Amino acid sequence: MADKLTKVPVREQDPQVRATNFEEVCLGYNKEEAMEEASRCINCKNAKCISGCPVSIDIPGFIKEVKEGNFAEAYKVIGKSSSLPAVCGRVCPQESQCEGVCIRGVKGEPVSIGKLERFVADWAKENGVKPEPPMPSNGHKVAVIGSGPAGLTCAGDLAKLGYDVTIFEALHQPGGVLVYGIPEFRLPKDKVVAVEVENVKSLGVKIETDVVIGKSTTIDELLQNEGFEAVFIGSGAGLPMFMGIPGEISSGVFSANEYLTRSNLMKAFRDDYDTPIKTGKKVAVIGGGNVAMDAARTAKRLGAEVHIVYRRSEAELPARVEEVHHAKEEGIIMDLLTNPLEIFADEDGWVKGMKCIRMELGEPDASGRRRPVEIPGSEFEMEVDTVIMSLGTSPNPLISSTTIGLDVNKRKCIIADEEYGQTSKEGVFAGGDAVTGAATVILAMGAGKAGAKGIHEFLSKK
Amino acid sequence: MYKILHAENLAGNIFLMQVEAPRIAKHCEPGQFLIVRIDEVGERIPLTICDYDKEAGTITIVFQPVGASTERMSHLKTGDSFIDVVGPLGQPSEFIHEDMEELKKKKMLFVAGGVGTAPVYPQVKWLHEHGVDVDVIVGAKTKDLVILEKEMEAVAGNLYVTTDDGSYGRHGMVTKVIEDLTAEGKQYDVCVAIGPMIMMKFCCLTTKKLNIPTIVSMNPIMVDGTGMCGACRVVVGDEIKFACVDGPEFDGHLIDWAQAMKRQAMYKTEEGRALLKLREGDTHHGGCGHCGGDK
Ligand SMILES: Cc1cc2nc3c(=O)[nH]c(=O)nc-3n(C[C@H](O)[C@H](O)[C@H](O)COP(=O)(O)OP(=O)(O)OC[C@H]3O[C@@H](n4cnc5c(N)ncnc54)[C@H](O)[C@@H]3O)c2cc1C
Ligand SMILES: Cc1cc2nc3c(=O)[nH]c(=O)nc-3n(C[C@H](O)[C@H](O)[C@H](O)COP(=O)(O)OP(=O)(O)OC[C@H]3O[C@@H](n4cnc5c(N)ncnc54)[C@H](O)[C@@H]3O)c2cc1C
Ligand code: SF4
Ligand code: SF4
Ligand code: FES
Repeated sequence: MADKLTKVPVREQDPQVRATNFEEVCLGYNKEEAMEEASRCINCKNAKCISGCPVSIDIPGFIKEVKEGNFAEAYKVIGKSSSLPAVCGRVCPQESQCEGVCIRGVKGEPVSIGKLERFVADWAKENGVKPEPPMPSNGHKVAVIGSGPAGLTCAGDLAKLGYDVTIFEALHQPGGVLVYGIPEFRLPKDKVVAVEVENVKSLGVKIETDVVIGKSTTIDELLQNEGFEAVFIGSGAGLPMFMGIPGEISSGVFSANEYLTRSNLMKAFRDDYDTPIKTGKKVAVIGGGNVAMDAARTAKRLGAEVHIVYRRSEAELPARVEEVHHAKEEGIIMDLLTNPLEIFADEDGWVKGMKCIRMELGEPDASGRRRPVEIPGSEFEMEVDTVIMSLGTSPNPLISSTTIGLDVNKRKCIIADEEYGQTSKEGVFAGGDAVTGAATVILAMGAGKAGAKGIHEFLSKK
Repeated sequence: MYKILHAENLAGNIFLMQVEAPRIAKHCEPGQFLIVRIDEVGERIPLTICDYDKEAGTITIVFQPVGASTERMSHLKTGDSFIDVVGPLGQPSEFIHEDMEELKKKKMLFVAGGVGTAPVYPQVKWLHEHGVDVDVIVGAKTKDLVILEKEMEAVAGNLYVTTDDGSYGRHGMVTKVIEDLTAEGKQYDVCVAIGPMIMMKFCCLTTKKLNIPTIVSMNPIMVDGTGMCGACRVVVGDEIKFACVDGPEFDGHLIDWAQAMKRQAMYKTEEGRALLKLREGDTHHGGCGHCGGDK
């Protein structure tokens, strides 16, 4: 048996092999491995890990059940706080949340909480464990906008309380970023995301795809003419940013959203789908977050040589440590402390190269991170045929601009209170990336829960 | 599922379909578009809403096959269905927000090229229904490719049909008709030109010379149509706009045509390969990266 200081290693696809396929990278624990890893948890009285989890899962509680092999019980414990454990166990930034404060981590490695959570969720699915059945219908109609983690969670919670919930989704498939953004090799679409969506549907939630709120209909119409008594907005932060440098309009310059959507939602990597995607021979991904890593690793799988171009150093990479590690293992080249200045195109308008400048780290800025400054005279050219801009996203103004009395802040984020998701408009609640700007799955899920609570209180008082 | 209530081959390679889509029909205005998907493996295809019936809950689209998805779409028949139809997307034509009295005083010229006749139709119809009669030029390569002539005739003030080869109506490109009409003494306050990019570009060159402000409808490559991907970026003046949310109609004199055309050709080879694969079996596939035809 392994020593108690380190995690039970999790099986992964070999980097060389996985860099050429879209199968899931991490294979997860089996029963024995999970029980062994669970035995590393010392069941702290004052469990720090719980405070590290944005939705306060009773971590020692569920791990204890895993240790004893009571997986169905473990699933119930998690289910009290989280409705998307198979997703969060895979994509939560655990190192900065639950695992970041685990006592085990003081001397050695923290307990592998995320992998255990994932194991429990996968086990439950394989063994046909369903969520608790909903309460009898109370006849109140609620509309939820967007089917990402915020919307799905809010809808699920309300359905459990007996509400008649309809989700309106702009795209043709529900799931939000879980289907269009995060790639298959990190979050399998059929095996995980579709199952979560089915779970929500099995509670009686209706999902109407192909409805763009603000265009196909409006919130005011839903409330006034379609009989909805409350609305939750979980429309995410889907608007991509560009750098505004010369040449950015050239063919072969994509937003990460476009590149990932083509590959994930539209399945361009599969022969049987019509969607075209430009593979590229040498791809530069600009940015250093999770989205950049996902775009880079997707491009790699489509057969390109891939560079991450990021203006700060490795320590400041905003992406999860595990993702950076996986990316490097797969052969992604890190061009750190480098910033693009201009993109060059050939006579047909296609990207042929990029002028970059080297950076160094100066004084810390407002965010506490050291500010990158250009090193004068260090300009150089990089030969690339594809550039993927991954600079972040902001909320789409489609909804806020078409809803009377819905206040937004200067970053176009909808203003809503944290505890109940209440916006400036009566009966309208909001949460997730639409309120916070691009954040995480677990925070969006937590906001969905808060919104459900807010709506329940609002309608109970009515 | 969105049922096709009527499918028709209008002319040559041009198809018309009337589709059940009540939410869209209820909310759409002239100038807007929608996105359809044929089936699970199909692309999202943006198409202008060419007509709509708010009571019946139907919309009409007119299209020409150019890639694999539109080719497959042309084989759909009355009674078949689209798996997805989403819309209305984009901004309505600007004139619907204008003061009606002002609008009635304006002299407007609409120029339609080929399949572009279809998107021009709902605008001319809307204006006609609001008591504004406008001049319309419809251009096609040859007689057999003139579409919606009767329909247009019923709503246009004056209709001028022209063919490149002179087989029907006037002889010559639409730009020649614009010049001829102004030479005959006609004066216009605004021109709306919709058709293939190359036609819109030359219309703009002509109207610029004649000092007629011109609106065009851009049809760049799109994915989501809601502002999420940025695939539809176009340069308008010194600004970058997303055609799906800021457009699709823009001031044609501010468009960087060279850039727009280059961007639209972006998937030409990948898409060409997909089309080949469809027509000639599994001999080639987009995205292989080995045939050297990436550009
Ligand atoms: C590539 C990528 C990788 C990421 N990796 C991670 C990770 O590893 N870990 C992590 O925790 N987080 C990650 N994130 C962030 C995380 O996915 C988001 O924070 C989370 O999905 C936000 O959830 P949401 O429900 O608020 O919005 P979204 O998931 O964005 O869902 C919003 C939904 O609303 C729909 N919508 C928008 N406007 C309208 C409208 N007008 N009408 C109808 N529907 C509308 C959208 O189509 C979408 O489906 C990643 C994000 C991306 C893009
Ligand atoms: C807002 C908007 C409105 C549109 N309205 C209509 C319409 O009413 N009727 C219609 O027939 N088409 C219309 N189009 C164009 C139509 O969407 C495309 O022809 C269609 O997407 C092609 O799909 P595909 O999968 O077959 O090929 P794609 O993969 O999209 O492209 C195949 C090839 O055709 C080229 N191409 C794309 N669009 C055009 C075009 N308009 N003209 C010439 N070449 C093109 C591409 O560059 C590419 O090389 C519109 C496009 C937009 C953005
Ligand atoms: S939901 Fe995320 S933060 Fe909470 S315990 Fe699970 S992995 Fe950790
Ligand atoms: S802090 Fe670590 S060891 Fe303590 S209960 Fe939580 S997971 Fe177990
Ligand atoms: S089509 Fe995606 S942003 Fe316009």
